[in-house]
Amino acid sequence: MDLRGHPLISLLVVLLAPLASGDPDGLERVAEDIGFLDAGMSAPYEILPDYSIPFIGETGFSTVLAGIVGALVVLGILILVGRSLRVSSES
Amino acid sequence: MLLSPVALHIPDGFLTLIVSLIFWVVTLVMIGFSISKTNKSLGEKQIPLMGIMAAFIFAAQMLNFPVAGGTSGHFLGGALAAIVLGPWAGILVMTAVIAVQGFLFQDGGLLVMGANIFNMGILTAAIGFGLYRTVSNRNTTLRLTVAGVAAWLATMGAALFTSLQLWLSSTSRLEIVVPTMLGVHALIGVGEAIITVAAMAFIERTRPDLLSAEKSAVSGGRGWIYAGIP
Repeated sequence: MDLRGHPLISLLVVLLAPLASGDPDGLERVAEDIGFLDAGMSAPYEILPDYSIPFIGETGFSTVLAGIVGALVVLGILILVGRSLRVSSES
Repeated sequence: MLLSPVALHIPDGFLTLIVSLIFWVVTLVMIGFSISKTNKSLGEKQIPLMGIMAAFIFAAQMLNFPVAGGTSGHFLGGALAAIVLGPWAGILVMTAVIAVQGFLFQDGGLLVMGANIFNMGILTAAIGFGLYRTVSNRNTTLRLTVAGVAAWLATMGAALFTSLQLWLSSTSRLEIVVPTMLGVHALIGVGEAIITVAAMAFIERTRPDLLSAEKSAVSGGRGWIYAGIP
């Protein structure tokens, strides 16, 4: 299985994240326009809010770092879940 | 604000407790189905692919792209995941992405996470895979076209269900929230379609076996046919 390069694509995408549009997204825009945005409650705790590392602040570097952390965490979760679900004869 | 992706999934407070719980139940049942359908059937080779797909979707969801009038949208990825991995593995990938966004990044509420997973992960996977499987043995152009249409419809489906949940929660009126949500997401869906088709064209060039049921069965690549709807 040739997966060369494929993991790097996610890294490449994360590096672009600081350029992401900061405008409200579809749902937030609708909530603002119709007037129910205030119904939203903030999270009971914060770990990596706004896709940034808190002690670094909201910089592009912080966003990239947070993105890498998130991508690695989901990668790890899927590998673990996948292993527990794999074909028994192949394990 | 240039430096802060603001991907906004449904936050807590938008949906009532009962609507949130109903969608948690539906979502948990579907996750259970996905686990039992993929259990003992995931090939060694499909596991890293699921991980890579999840990492890509997580990263791509951070990239809010501008659509009309000071509004942005972001990739969902459920249709792409289900087309490449099959619906059940696709649902597991989307569940992990949305759960990590909620728990770790405070993007999307915890009580409403069931609804977020249903809208953006399960519904999109069903629409994406359901349409794509009708042309999975046809030529590349047709497959990519259908994948693009499926990705757009998946975005609209997610927007529609979000609207219905907001209506059931008395957060907004049906005749107002449905057209407003669908109007904005008709544009965002175009972005979804472009990214889905681009990703598939890339996979088609580098790993064509992943997108072809027959080839993947022959080569032992265990594509979606193994994990697909029977």
